[in-house]
Amino acid sequence: MALQILLQLIVTGLAWGSVYALIALGFVLIFKATDIFNFAQPELMMLGAYLSFTLITALKLPFLPAFLVTLVLMTVISSLLEMMVIRPLVGEPVLAVIMVTLGLANVIRGMTGLIWGYEELQFPKPFSAQPIMLFGAAINQAEIFTILATALLLVVFFIFFKYSRAGLSMRATAEDTSTAFLMGINVKRVFTASWAIASVVATIAGVLLATFTYLEPIMGHAGLKALPALILGGMDSVVGAILGGLIIGVAENLAGFYLEQYLGGGINEITAYVIVLIVMMVRPYGLFGTKEIERV
Amino acid sequence: MAVTRFCVRTYRQDLRILSSPAAKIGLILFLLVLLTLPLWARKYLVFVACISGVSVIGALGLNILTGMTGLISLGHAAFMGLGAYTAAILSAKAGWPMVPCLLSGAVMSAVMGAIVGVPTLRLKGLYLVVTTLAFQFIVQHVIYHWESLTQSDKGIKLATPAFLGLEFGSYDSFYYVILFCAVLVAVLTKNLAMSRTGRALVAVRDRDIAAEIIGVNLAKYKILAFVVSSFVAGLSGALYAYLLGLIAPDHFTFNQSILYVAMIIVGGMGTVLGSVLGAVFMVLLPEVISAVSGPLASAYPTLAPRIGGISVVVYGLVIILFLLFEPEGLFGIWIRLKRYFKTWPYTY
Repeated sequence: MALQILLQLIVTGLAWGSVYALIALGFVLIFKATDIFNFAQPELMMLGAYLSFTLITALKLPFLPAFLVTLVLMTVISSLLEMMVIRPLVGEPVLAVIMVTLGLANVIRGMTGLIWGYEELQFPKPFSAQPIMLFGAAINQAEIFTILATALLLVVFFIFFKYSRAGLSMRATAEDTSTAFLMGINVKRVFTASWAIASVVATIAGVLLATFTYLEPIMGHAGLKALPALILGGMDSVVGAILGGLIIGVAENLAGFYLEQYLGGGINEITAYVIVLIVMMVRPYGLFGTKEIERV
Repeated sequence: MAVTRFCVRTYRQDLRILSSPAAKIGLILFLLVLLTLPLWARKYLVFVACISGVSVIGALGLNILTGMTGLISLGHAAFMGLGAYTAAILSAKAGWPMVPCLLSGAVMSAVMGAIVGVPTLRLKGLYLVVTTLAFQFIVQHVIYHWESLTQSDKGIKLATPAFLGLEFGSYDSFYYVILFCAVLVAVLTKNLAMSRTGRALVAVRDRDIAAEIIGVNLAKYKILAFVVSSFVAGLSGALYAYLLGLIAPDHFTFNQSILYVAMIIVGGMGTVLGSVLGAVFMVLLPEVISAVSGPLASAYPTLAPRIGGISVVVYGLVIILFLLFEPEGLFGIWIRLKRYFKTWPYTY
């Protein structure tokens, strides 16, 4: 029985971890391309989930078309945000940029509260609630789907960045903005594209998360746990972001179950932050990040 | 001629705290207004002034760390919470009097500041932001879940503050305690900024490697900035606890930390006057918002819980608009206004 519980915990952890990994991936995409750390990423995730909720419940669209329309809407919204709010701040001090994105997060969170209210909303379930039995452990279908969808998405991204022209120009910009610009890459378009892609990833994360939880305007706080994931993996590493997310997801689920009796309830909420503090003391550049060396 | 009298000719002139007789008179008038405030103001205004005072102290603390030293913290509310809860627990459970409670709240916060400061010796920028964010969430969690000590949601009720046989139970009287602390912290911060230590902190902010080369001990000054900043934050938190008389975990959340960063951005980074202006602005903002959203909520009672979203949006917008259009903050506007009148009719 203990093994089944462990299996269940790990699957749930991996599902949460996939969501963290996707949000962290959005962070990394924007950070690598534009050197801007987008604290509004969890709020973009929430906005995406809410938008598709409205499309499904109010406009009675089926799940998949609603999802696709949401992706288009979010691409437009985030591109506009990038052009209007973020672009004037490229190259400004870190604090200014961070605070603008935090302000943006506040605006989105407040708007969500104004439009949809603060009560929990039940997201229409695209999967049956019947759990799948796996080695005697009952596994939630939505969780399995989340893990698989994340894996698929990561493969798509890998191919996009490795072989497509747009993906290559984004990687070039991430490597060195000025050189990329001199080579004829439209850097402005890359900046906007990175925001658009990050918001697509965030929306997918939000919808996946909503399928096995519910919607509420403080969803973004769960999304903030992608930050420890990111730090764990290393700020500039895509692989690190994904592994970091999975590690955090599994660790907090295990801690929540096995350590609760010693450390009190709700310990899973801060496991991620405790891990990140320890990692910061031992390896300040994360598990996979490159150590920054400053030459004078 | 009209313009040259504003030029600084000697180092002595340059080092003066108040640059002109007009500034001196202005400051004295301002202090007089502050001193007599409870005599003519309504009770609610005095309460708002108390909250402003606490926020000014908190913002000064954050400005030493972020504005002067350039170490970004999203965990300022956690330090205030540590100070507030230390003071509250000592006051309610151990029955300590006010002054030792305030001081031990500040010292407790400073000790934690030193501990959090240690990893920052190797961290910069975003990594530091996430570390302080983690600290914020951990402190928030501990305050909420360590029920035997903090009584979680129920909150802790503090004893009536008293000092030398005087009771400071009402807002009118506690106002003077806050005013005294705020002025003291402001003067000390100004003093710090103009001393060798302050210049070392600014050097660390501007270019830490260059600072180390010219002989600034990075480790010492970074930790010092954390200790001083969190000491002040702890004091501010402890005063806040006494002011409210009952503290709960909600007062020291992540949003509060963002609010404090917003204060120093709106006010102006790294300046004492900026901290004061920013803190007062951010305290008065919700008053203005509730003047708008209050009637709205009573007109549409079904939507009342949603209208709380307005203040969240406005906070966000204020931060964004200031950073986009007025990165120097209110302090920058003040300086420009002053220059305009000083050099009139010339443009500069």
